[in-house]
Amino acid sequence: MAEALARITKLTDLGMIQIRADLAAAGDAIAAACGVAIPAATAMVAKAPRRLCWMSPDELLLVLPLAEVPEAVVALTAALEGQHALVLDVSDMRSAFGIEGAKAEQVLMKLCPADLAKMPADGMRRTRAAQVACGVWRQGDGFVLIGFRSVSDYLLGLLNGAAQAGTQLDPR
Amino acid sequence: MLTLTCPCCGITAEETELHPGGEAHLKRFGPGSSDGDFEAYLFARKNPKGVHFERWRHAYGCGKWFLAARDTVTLEVFGTYKAQNPHPTPEIVASIRAKRPDWQPDWTETKTSSAESLTE
Repeated sequence: MAEALARITKLTDLGMIQIRADLAAAGDAIAAACGVAIPAATAMVAKAPRRLCWMSPDELLLVLPLAEVPEAVVALTAALEGQHALVLDVSDMRSAFGIEGAKAEQVLMKLCPADLAKMPADGMRRTRAAQVACGVWRQGDGFVLIGFRSVSDYLLGLLNGAAQAGTQLDPR
Repeated sequence: MLTLTCPCCGITAEETELHPGGEAHLKRFGPGSSDGDFEAYLFARKNPKGVHFERWRHAYGCGKWFLAARDTVTLEVFGTYKAQNPHPTPEIVASIRAKRPDWQPDWTETKTSSAESLTE
């Protein structure tokens, strides 16, 4: 029996903080508070163990170890004091999955209507996986997929199904 | 399959990642307007065979609304532009004219119609 296309793991130590602000005005303050530079559009800046992802023209997502979340929320809230901005701990609202292995891309190619082969190493792509919204970035030899916690069983089923042994997209 | 490039994030998204929002550039007629204007604002929509301007939302992406110019018959996309524009931008008009020389804009340009005059 052939191996699965990729190892699907649920990432449990991933904290996420949603930041909504006018990035042109508050970018420097956010970068200083996060310790990570502001990413360009549809990109992310990784500075282990944190990464700052560009979500939309007025939204960023700071991904960091779960233990650092409360401290980072306080720092960001203080940095954005007095501005029209939002800093929210969304760790419990989201699920993250690791998709590792040489054929990890094929697992996502089956689920997402996005050209992930062309996504740069520092790319952050928001798209959908089958019927639900998700975000994808590259990590190691695979990808990390984030989605909403309420649909995490669905996502896990999708990913495991798409990674089933013998279902690779290359010609046999 | 319709593929549009979101002007807000630059992602080229296909139809299932987008949400349609109907006709673009509607002018609102609210309280104080005549019944005829109000009814037209609510219900009268263009249904052209050819060049059409539409609102789309990048729902499975940056979440922003934007506008697109496309041909309803051939599905050819002439371009996408930000929703803050009160009329299609000169670039969009030029792009349509290049493909459809007979096409005429059905709006009149006003001096304040450039995108720069509006805050985003």
